[in-house]
Amino acid sequence: MKETIDLTLNGKPVKVTTDSNRMLLWVLRTDLHLTGTKYGCGENYCGACTVLVENEATRSCHVTLKDVRGKNVVTIEGLAKRGSLHPLQKAFADHNALQCGYCTPGMIMTAVSLLHKNPTPTPSEILEGMNDNLCRCAAHNRIVQAIESVSTTSKGGI
Amino acid sequence: MRHEKDIDSLDGAISTPMDRREFLKRTGGGIFILFTLGDSLLEFQERQGRLPSDFNAFLRIAPEGRVSCLTGKIEMGQGVVTSLGQMLADELDVKLESIEMVMGDTDLCPWDMGTFGSLSTRSFGPSLRQAGAEARLVLKELASERLGVPVERLQTEDGMVFDRTNRKLGISYADLSKGKKIEREVTGKAVLKKPSEFRIMGKSVPRRDAPDKVSGAAQYAGDIRVPGMLCASIVRPPAHGAKLVHADTSAAEKIEGVAIVRDGDFIAALHEYPDVAVRAVAEIRATYEREASPLDENSIFDHLLRVAPAPNVVSSRGDLEEGKRASRVVLEHTYLNDYVAHAPVEPHTALVKIEGDKATVWASTQTPFRAKEEVARELGFPADKVRILTPFVGGGFGGKTSNRQVVEAARLAKLSGKPVQVAWSRKEEFFYDTFRPAAVVKIRSGVTEIGKIQLWDYHVYFAGERGAEQFYDVSHHRTTSYGRGWTAGPGTHPFATGAWRAPSNNTNTFARESQIDMMAAAIGRDPVEFRLQNLSHPQLRRVLETTAEKFGWKPQKAPSGRGCGVACGVDAGTYVAMIAEVEANKRSGEVKVKRIGCAQDMGMVVNPEGATVQMEGCIMMGLGYALTERIRFRGGDILDVNFDTYEVPRFSWLPSIETVIIDNMESAPQGGGEPAIVTVGAAIANAVYDAIGVRVFRLPLLPERIREAQKR
Repeated sequence: MKETIDLTLNGKPVKVTTDSNRMLLWVLRTDLHLTGTKYGCGENYCGACTVLVENEATRSCHVTLKDVRGKNVVTIEGLAKRGSLHPLQKAFADHNALQCGYCTPGMIMTAVSLLHKNPTPTPSEILEGMNDNLCRCAAHNRIVQAIESVSTTSKGGI
Repeated sequence: MRHEKDIDSLDGAISTPMDRREFLKRTGGGIFILFTLGDSLLEFQERQGRLPSDFNAFLRIAPEGRVSCLTGKIEMGQGVVTSLGQMLADELDVKLESIEMVMGDTDLCPWDMGTFGSLSTRSFGPSLRQAGAEARLVLKELASERLGVPVERLQTEDGMVFDRTNRKLGISYADLSKGKKIEREVTGKAVLKKPSEFRIMGKSVPRRDAPDKVSGAAQYAGDIRVPGMLCASIVRPPAHGAKLVHADTSAAEKIEGVAIVRDGDFIAALHEYPDVAVRAVAEIRATYEREASPLDENSIFDHLLRVAPAPNVVSSRGDLEEGKRASRVVLEHTYLNDYVAHAPVEPHTALVKIEGDKATVWASTQTPFRAKEEVARELGFPADKVRILTPFVGGGFGGKTSNRQVVEAARLAKLSGKPVQVAWSRKEEFFYDTFRPAAVVKIRSGVTEIGKIQLWDYHVYFAGERGAEQFYDVSHHRTTSYGRGWTAGPGTHPFATGAWRAPSNNTNTFARESQIDMMAAAIGRDPVEFRLQNLSHPQLRRVLETTAEKFGWKPQKAPSGRGCGVACGVDAGTYVAMIAEVEANKRSGEVKVKRIGCAQDMGMVVNPEGATVQMEGCIMMGLGYALTERIRFRGGDILDVNFDTYEVPRFSWLPSIETVIIDNMESAPQGGGEPAIVTVGAAIANAVYDAIGVRVFRLPLLPERIREAQKR
């Protein structure tokens, strides 16, 4: 049903008028021109479309626009603050934690949510927390290192 | 990497295709170096009958000192956007940051056959370095005139030419190229730097595309937007070989904003939003006539042996009968591997815009120049009226050498008169993937009592020859290949097959190194010692010895119960050895890889960190084809169409990975993006045998196959 949905997107209030049963992924990518969030599988298996909804890593291919009514949504484009990258974005770049980069936004959003809930995860908690995000280039080793570096350096203060 | 919007800033505001003369006329001033490709690449292209007669690659130093490197190669994660820049910056003596890579744009970049085969660094790289060195020589000559100092007294550094006797006397490259238009062909006279002189090559530098990739700014084909564009969803058959009988599109047409396009059995829904187009296609009632195909993932192997064409002997030496007589133990085994998908996280995507007699295409492709020909053919345009732009590619692994989605988008753009994006769903990606072929390898080999391999009779069916030739010291051997390789004639595979990261070689190395292990076990020898005893190739010995040493290998006859397996391989000119340590559960058949050690000799290394990351990626990706990845199918229907049943490696699988790159900077650079994946299957299969004494002859090593193998 076509309706106007209010939400907070990357810190700013946004109104979107469209069929509110459409998946958030496509509304972000087409209506709102935020293409950093990627389509990978469409069925909640790969995590390329992960965004934060109320700080919780959420598969945007699997939630509708109306599910996020009134909620706080953050995409990869909303992580950098005042022009400087989020510590996890910086860590991914510094640790070569990406290759083709297509899964990277979803990886980073999942890691942000992980550290939000558990600022100092053990290595096995990182593996478990990231396990449902797929990286076909197989940069897993470096992604774990990048997340570890942030959890150590920031002592969870992100 | 720059995309179209930036390319307009190459002074020429280029909007139509052009040849070299036209290119030079339109671009502003500066120094242009035209260079040719490396010998092996030339040879490869000649074989394809595609050698361009004009020029091959551009290096341009613009009046403001900015250096553009224009290459038909594309960036799909392998890191050439960084390593090619390093090569050029070092030879040219500029900072890496001042190099701008323009990649995969068929209007601006010279013809290139495609980005595959680990050829970018080893074949394109040397030419690029030569061009850089040549450009530096030109700059010195120009500076000599301007400064009145003989060339011999000049030296270059960070984009400046100095008088070495008076460092205050100098001029920047920017000043030298200002107001000039200088064209030079690479003469080969300029001398390349020696490794000891490298300032940027051989050093680890961060990926240059990382900032854009972590911020979400990096654009892939599906992220490109042009005014008026529509997104397509295409009606697909339920199975390969199925033919459309009837389609009712009336319900779909009622959806607001949806346009249905139909051309024979090609039917698509177009909409401003991709999700609405998909919803519309779901409303189309289509009926198909299906061919009953008896083939499935188990019956395929007998079928392949049945349809195998006449053999081609790849290499042979000695006399097999004599080899057999000299052997104490003769083993004969058959190895199989299932079809495997590329499964890049970015599915095939393309956007095609037609304006008048010209088409502009943004494509997720490893072969932009092939895509250009394909689009031209589809549209009936001359090839020079088609421009392909290649944004970042979200993973390829060989799968994006195939451009079906590009042709589909072109067809729809023509039919609809609108710019059209085709972005495959995950299901379409699995359905139309050019799978790594199912293949069969039969080996008969013999060994003497003291461990000398005397007989090696090797037959590979439909995998291809890469990596098929054995490299041990065998007096009597023959290697025979059936079928063209990863593609095969009609009636062979029930769907498309193609090159999958290190094509042929994963299959061949799994078979060869499993067989070698079985011979070692048959005569009670340690598998590393046994290999070394039969191996005189110095580089292979070195990687094997290095791996064994770093891993802490203690000689023991398999199965030892510790769960360690070794494999050696050669791919893309690079030598690899790998040792895997696994935990295998005999009852459940579950395998967990705990540790992998790997050494490789890849000659000169341009970006050690980048090369290491490629090795780690090969190892981790390789766990998939070794343990879980396989395509099931029935009657032409693909049964594994998403990541729920098609299991790719994930974080919880991550073993401890130790890599070593042999210091060999004086040798030519070899491939880096593929070699370390070839040994993964065999190293793990051998480790499973070492752990529980169970030999599995078919990849992937599924738990049920491990359980089944114990019954035999």
